[in-house]
Amino acid sequence: MDFKLTTEQQALADNVARFCAKEYDFRARRQLLESADGFSRAHWATFAELGWLGAGLPETAGGFGGGAIENAVVMEAFGRGLVLEPFLATAVLSLQTLAALPAGEVRDRLIESAVAGQTLLALAHGEPTARGDVDHVETQATQSGNGWVLNGHKSLVLGAPSADSLLVSARAKDGVGLFLVPRQDASLRLKPYRTLDNHRAADVWFSNTRVETVLAPPGSAMPALATGLDHGLTAVCAEAIGAMDAAILMTRDYLKTRKQFGTTLNNFQALQHRMADMYVEYELSRSILYQGLAALDGPARNRGHAMSAMKAVVSSAALFVGRQSVQLHGGIGMTEEYAIGHYYRRLFVIANQFGGEDLHLKRMATNPTPFWGGIGEQVAAS
Amino acid sequence: MEFSLAPEDEAFRMEVRAFIAAELPADIARRARHDYHCVRDDVRRWMRILNKKGWGAPHWPEKFGGTSWSPLRKYIFQDELRRARAPVVDRCALDLLGPVLCAFGSPAQQARFLPPVLSGDEWWCQGFSEPNSGSDLASLRTRADLDGDHYVVNGQKIWTSEAHQADWIFALVRTGQNVKPQAGISFLLIDINTPGITRRPIWSIDEGYTLNETFFDNVRVPAENLLGEPGKGWSYAKYLLSHERTTSAVVSHTKRDVEQVRYIAERAPSGSGKLIDNPAFAAKLARLEAEVIALEWAVMRVLHTREGDAGADGVASLLKVRGSELSERAALLAAEALGDYGVVAMPDPEGHYIMHKDGMGPPLTDDEEIGVTAKAMFRRATTIYGGANEIQRMIIAKSVLGL
Repeated sequence: MDFKLTTEQQALADNVARFCAKEYDFRARRQLLESADGFSRAHWATFAELGWLGAGLPETAGGFGGGAIENAVVMEAFGRGLVLEPFLATAVLSLQTLAALPAGEVRDRLIESAVAGQTLLALAHGEPTARGDVDHVETQATQSGNGWVLNGHKSLVLGAPSADSLLVSARAKDGVGLFLVPRQDASLRLKPYRTLDNHRAADVWFSNTRVETVLAPPGSAMPALATGLDHGLTAVCAEAIGAMDAAILMTRDYLKTRKQFGTTLNNFQALQHRMADMYVEYELSRSILYQGLAALDGPARNRGHAMSAMKAVVSSAALFVGRQSVQLHGGIGMTEEYAIGHYYRRLFVIANQFGGEDLHLKRMATNPTPFWGGIGEQVAAS
Repeated sequence: MEFSLAPEDEAFRMEVRAFIAAELPADIARRARHDYHCVRDDVRRWMRILNKKGWGAPHWPEKFGGTSWSPLRKYIFQDELRRARAPVVDRCALDLLGPVLCAFGSPAQQARFLPPVLSGDEWWCQGFSEPNSGSDLASLRTRADLDGDHYVVNGQKIWTSEAHQADWIFALVRTGQNVKPQAGISFLLIDINTPGITRRPIWSIDEGYTLNETFFDNVRVPAENLLGEPGKGWSYAKYLLSHERTTSAVVSHTKRDVEQVRYIAERAPSGSGKLIDNPAFAAKLARLEAEVIALEWAVMRVLHTREGDAGADGVASLLKVRGSELSERAALLAAEALGDYGVVAMPDPEGHYIMHKDGMGPPLTDDEEIGVTAKAMFRRATTIYGGANEIQRMIIAKSVLGL
């Protein structure tokens, strides 16, 4: 085990941090979120040029030899910078799902084009009744002639409003398949919205939408989807850790300057202890992120259990740190033109995205993975 | 970054596991499953077995009978001991006194005091806290005045765990009177059977007896039993408290406790099913488990810290806070899992240190369930001892966050 970033990973972290410091001050971010896309296509080109879009993909899948750790490095820095570009939607959720599929002409071309920054992708998987449950797919795929037709409703499709293509999961009688649909297809209806953190997403309705390209035939898509979504979990947890770190430091600095009752707020023990609790939550989140990365990149007895333990801890920590950061700022923390509230908004979204604490505790309970394999057999043997 | 465990470390874990399975006597193993403090005879027997293998004090330097294991291996060793629920050995001597003696003791002191710890023949207790010096330890008043070649000790210590079973006590005493509080403190090794020492039991809310008041009335201690230099006791105590940065997390203990909760809940009837099928209880257990996993990975981070790594102190500082909280929560959840019996007083059926000798107790026969409520009550102390968690939070706020 080694918890230190390699030289290459450290360089990546430094590069992303430098980008955020230069391009993502609060005013610049405000301008971006008011633009048509809600992010900068120029920045996206920079991401591609600097190799960030393929940093988390193995070379065999058309990337630059990294994995979930590289994506976590990028996402942590993006969390500090409150970055708006749809890195999660394209480079994590979509590309990791594609990379987990068998190689093939269509898949390889799609990855190449996305890594080069030429194609924006969105993973249309979640549905209103799924509430974060990965296996819950009601959208229907039915055979029609020599192709497939989709019918159904996908919700909270991250990055959909600007995506070129959607990767759509749908169920046929043999199970869940994955299909490629152009976002401009006339048969789909798209209702775009901003999430609370000013990212863009949409609900998408398919009505007899003809599919040209089958990415994974029905019955074969779930393992790849599960992998892609687990990469999504580690990525948002890493982003939350960056955001928590930034929020804690910003709050700390505020306490050291704000004066009440003739002294700066950092001298009040109630506030000191609250900040200590925020720090504890942050460091434990970082610790369990490493557990998640270990389970994702290495051999794991039970990946689902590991992922859910991570998300349960990070979800509650993100809410606690986000809420308390606003609390310790007092009234100023409530103002839209002050950054701390935007950290809270991002942390709130992450806490509830891909299933909140309850869903993941339930998933842990249904995939029990006792420490050391449990004590029942020990007791029986004695 | 690289998170997989080296195959050699996995093999080491299996070696330790096999050793314990083969060598831990069945009668000790059964009693150790009960949630009471282990009795001295069991501990001594087990300590001898470990020491024979050369594993009595793996974290000591090799020349004093320790090992050259990596921090990870030392952790794995402890983790396997907890998994097997082996008796907890004399941590006071092994974890606290031992490293200080190895680092600051004279060769004569090392030769005199270390071997009997390894053989389990001499037990130690710690004399730090006083009635008026708890969190503010530097205000302690027990004094030791030089009289020829002896120190004469007068004063009182409190919360001296296991003093009634101990042979020796290492105490912080005031040898210099008119200096800064920390500067007048020395570290003295005292034979607990010296005339003038009185031990008085303090029964705790678990109806257990581990704590004592220890009184010193003109106790004559040979001056050669002063460890290191006079007036340096405070820095030795700080060294002692910081030496093992990850033990305060008690994470392996709590992992074992989580498995105990699962074991009980999988068997406890609840309506027409088992308690584990109750989603509210299962979620509570899962939440505890998730936090214990986070804590263990925080411990991993500290274990793999290299010289000069930034930020590791911050992580180490939270281990006690969250580790103690989880330790208590696990014990409380075990009691909750027992249903009706989770509120019943549980005197030790083996008859050790019984407060109320009325023969009453719950009708439990599974060794995993015996003593659970006593443990739940005793664990209330975890967030108090070893530096109350409020003090720990102050340390995090000031030295980590710079508030």
